[in-house]
Amino acid sequence: MARHDHGAPPSDTALRVKALESLLIEKGLVDPAALDALIDTYENKVGPRNGAAVVARAWSDPAYKARLMDDATAAIAELGFTGRQGEHMVAVENTPRVHNVVVCTLCSCYPWTVLGLPPVWYKASPYRARVVKEPREVLAEFGVTLPEEVEMRVWDSTAEIRYLVLPQRPAGSDGLDEAELAELVTRNSMIGTGLALIPGAARAKTEAAE
Amino acid sequence: MNGAHDMGGMPGDGPVEIEQNAPLFHAAWERRAMALTVAMGAHGLWNVDMSRYARENRDPLGYLEDSYYERWLYGLEVLLEENGLVTREEIAARETELSREDV
Repeated sequence: MARHDHGAPPSDTALRVKALESLLIEKGLVDPAALDALIDTYENKVGPRNGAAVVARAWSDPAYKARLMDDATAAIAELGFTGRQGEHMVAVENTPRVHNVVVCTLCSCYPWTVLGLPPVWYKASPYRARVVKEPREVLAEFGVTLPEEVEMRVWDSTAEIRYLVLPQRPAGSDGLDEAELAELVTRNSMIGTGLALIPGAARAKTEAAE
Repeated sequence: MNGAHDMGGMPGDGPVEIEQNAPLFHAAWERRAMALTVAMGAHGLWNVDMSRYARENRDPLGYLEDSYYERWLYGLEVLLEENGLVTREEIAARETELSREDV
């Protein structure tokens, strides 16, 4: 099947969007400054650094972690992260026995408030179709191989519920403060297609899969 | 509703295509399509379920061939037309005007 979930779009799409924007502005339905502000928000302000701060706090503060696991929406809001596509958050914790992975098989539901907008692969058919059926094979494509005895749990997001994976705190991270811990938390580690970085590991290498 | 979007467990896909250092948007128009969709959603004329239905209630091949933000654009146009805000004829006419300006 011809699928092009990313790549160069046909040039008439750009024209179609331009035409639509110009009509909506003319009709007073959108404000160009508000559009620029929305783009700035999602390109520069909301993103996986928010989620990393949540994870680092949970690693550092057992009381916070308990609140996160009990009511993730409220615990995330404590750090100031609220808004659309994050109204009903659930945190799922990775342990030596259980590894959680998040998908949206039907579309692209994703926790915008903590991770920003989803990457292309998350929205494309191979991930959506396969991770529910063969999570270990899919994880291997991200460079993650887990022992056979680790139970895989795949969470299918809905329009309402959005999941945040709490990755395992890596070995060798004792004594790091929250800001240093947050540096170890990659976007993929909060989706479940990656693991938190080991302190001192080459960051560039691990980020390659992002 | 069962449709092309219901992808969980479907056979036939190859490996996940993981792009290195992927940008958030892959073309300038994708930014505008995202912002237009979110800004129009804020009027409260439709909810997230209606937005998804508008994107997904279509011929399967069209859904599969569209890129992600093209699906958003398709859905937005459906909702605008259904709500009597912008017609397809208006969009086509404006496209023609704009393409003349560009020449």
